[in-house]
Amino acid sequence: MTDVTTTSDAAGDGTFDVAKVRADFPILERESHGRPIVFLDSAASSQKPRAVIEAMDRYYETINANVHRGVYEIAEAATNAMEAARVRVGRFIGAPKPATEVIFTKNATESLNLVARSWGAANLGPGDAVVLTQLEHHANIVPWFQLQAEKGFEIRWIPLTPDARLDLTDIDRLLDGAKLLALTAMSNVTGTLTPVRELTERAHAAGALVSLDACQYVPHLATDVAALGVDFASFSAHKMLGPTGLGVLWGREELLDAMPPFLGGGGMILNVTLDGFTPADLPAKFEAGTPPIAETIGLHAAIDYLDALGMAAVREHEVSVTAYAMRTLTERFGEQLTIHGPSEPAARGGVLSMALEGVHPHDLSQVLDQHAVCVRPGHHCAKPLMAVLGVGATARASFYVYNDTDDVDALADALGEAASFFTF
Amino acid sequence: MPGLEDLYREIILDHYRNPRNRGELETPPAVRTEGFNPLCGDEIVVYLDVDDDGTVRDIRIGGTGCSISQSSASMMSAAVKGKTIDEVRALTRSFKSMMSVHESTLDAEGEGSESDGADAEPAADVPLGDLEALRGVVKFPVRIKCATLAWNTLLQAADEATAD
Repeated sequence: MTDVTTTSDAAGDGTFDVAKVRADFPILERESHGRPIVFLDSAASSQKPRAVIEAMDRYYETINANVHRGVYEIAEAATNAMEAARVRVGRFIGAPKPATEVIFTKNATESLNLVARSWGAANLGPGDAVVLTQLEHHANIVPWFQLQAEKGFEIRWIPLTPDARLDLTDIDRLLDGAKLLALTAMSNVTGTLTPVRELTERAHAAGALVSLDACQYVPHLATDVAALGVDFASFSAHKMLGPTGLGVLWGREELLDAMPPFLGGGGMILNVTLDGFTPADLPAKFEAGTPPIAETIGLHAAIDYLDALGMAAVREHEVSVTAYAMRTLTERFGEQLTIHGPSEPAARGGVLSMALEGVHPHDLSQVLDQHAVCVRPGHHCAKPLMAVLGVGATARASFYVYNDTDDVDALADALGEAASFFTF
Repeated sequence: MPGLEDLYREIILDHYRNPRNRGELETPPAVRTEGFNPLCGDEIVVYLDVDDDGTVRDIRIGGTGCSISQSSASMMSAAVKGKTIDEVRALTRSFKSMMSVHESTLDAEGEGSESDGADAEPAADVPLGDLEALRGVVKFPVRIKCATLAWNTLLQAADEATAD
């Protein structure tokens, strides 16, 4: 295995040891089709380190109980563990008030729907406008279409440059009179990093709030929601070494306080009578029903793990692997391979959406699978973006803390096999 | 464990490289239907021209897709030309029966399933000919939708062509 710390500038302080990281992920020990697995689909869902798996096991084995209800010892312990996770999550993203501003949801999609269904339904109507970008994932598009059908506001789109960056030429006109800018911090297709801070300043100047889809951002770059200036941020645990079944919505306290509840049920009420109900205070107001308790504990462990690596080192490592991948693949395949999105590794995340001439992404990914290389073919839940890129599908490879240059070499070799299999 | 040769048989690659009946037909008299694979964004367009006796006079295929969806559409177009709509429907049933995933596949916990769909014999006694080459797709469950996309689109076209 290549030790990136000696072959690249993976970590500026020389402490990022990818071999050591890899040893923490049990699944990387397995084989697929008789070869060591090369996992390049972390943008869809990351793998989990032993520390996360064990933290969740430990919860089930020692303090499993429902939260916020029982007064017995293990119920108190479970509640404390979940609330500790909430504060940990908030601190990780720079939330000014972590204990009240961090809402646990079932995934980032639910977080984005919560913003639309609660804030949007209460604040949008005819004559209003919501501004989206053409980079968005369906989860940050469809809820707005659904709400638009009921509320009749306008949806405007920030267009893209040819290399899939936001084209801000008309941004002032687009934001004029808008009530919300809802955008991704990093595209799950092209890896494009958007200028969140600049756009937030412009949106606020125009009187619009900003809802950030941070799914591909929080796992990979140090995040400070207060410094970015956004009003809402949504992300999911499973893309940042944590478990599935848990999403996060962070929102500014005064906004969340003023918003109506989203889902109704147990846990989210202060009082219920035969005449109606009074919602609970934050964060319970937005957490109806039994929450994913073990998952919050798993996320806590995932954040501890990421923090121990250091998010700056994580980012540096990923830029290094991405740069190596773009260089290697371009040298080897030249014009035959298109990598969508910004060509400068520092302007993008470790997400490579590829088109290999003459090989459909679905076929490409199938051949890669035979070489134990896990990539994702398809439209990546961003069909409007695919239409702008002029493709129906791409094959996407994405990198994370456990990927190294060996993985890139395996990808390149498998791409070569696919090219010779289908070229005629 | 299924290998690539189970999926990409030579005749499949031949139809992918040299698709039969590509193009468009004038509508009317032909009908035009579109099919989408929501998983991969593939799109198939079927132009079907059925004469007054209910026989397929001509068929053309448009759209984009992977080797499995394109070769399936190509072989389909060759197979249905000159057949009656009833024969087309019977052939479609046979093909989709061959493509059906059996529960045994799903019971295997997704871990290198040994089930190879060999028991998925065609329901009807309609010979599938070259289309048999697509049988291996069953071993790759995610790709089944690729293989059946053209056929579902054809069924829509057949319904439209005979709806009067």
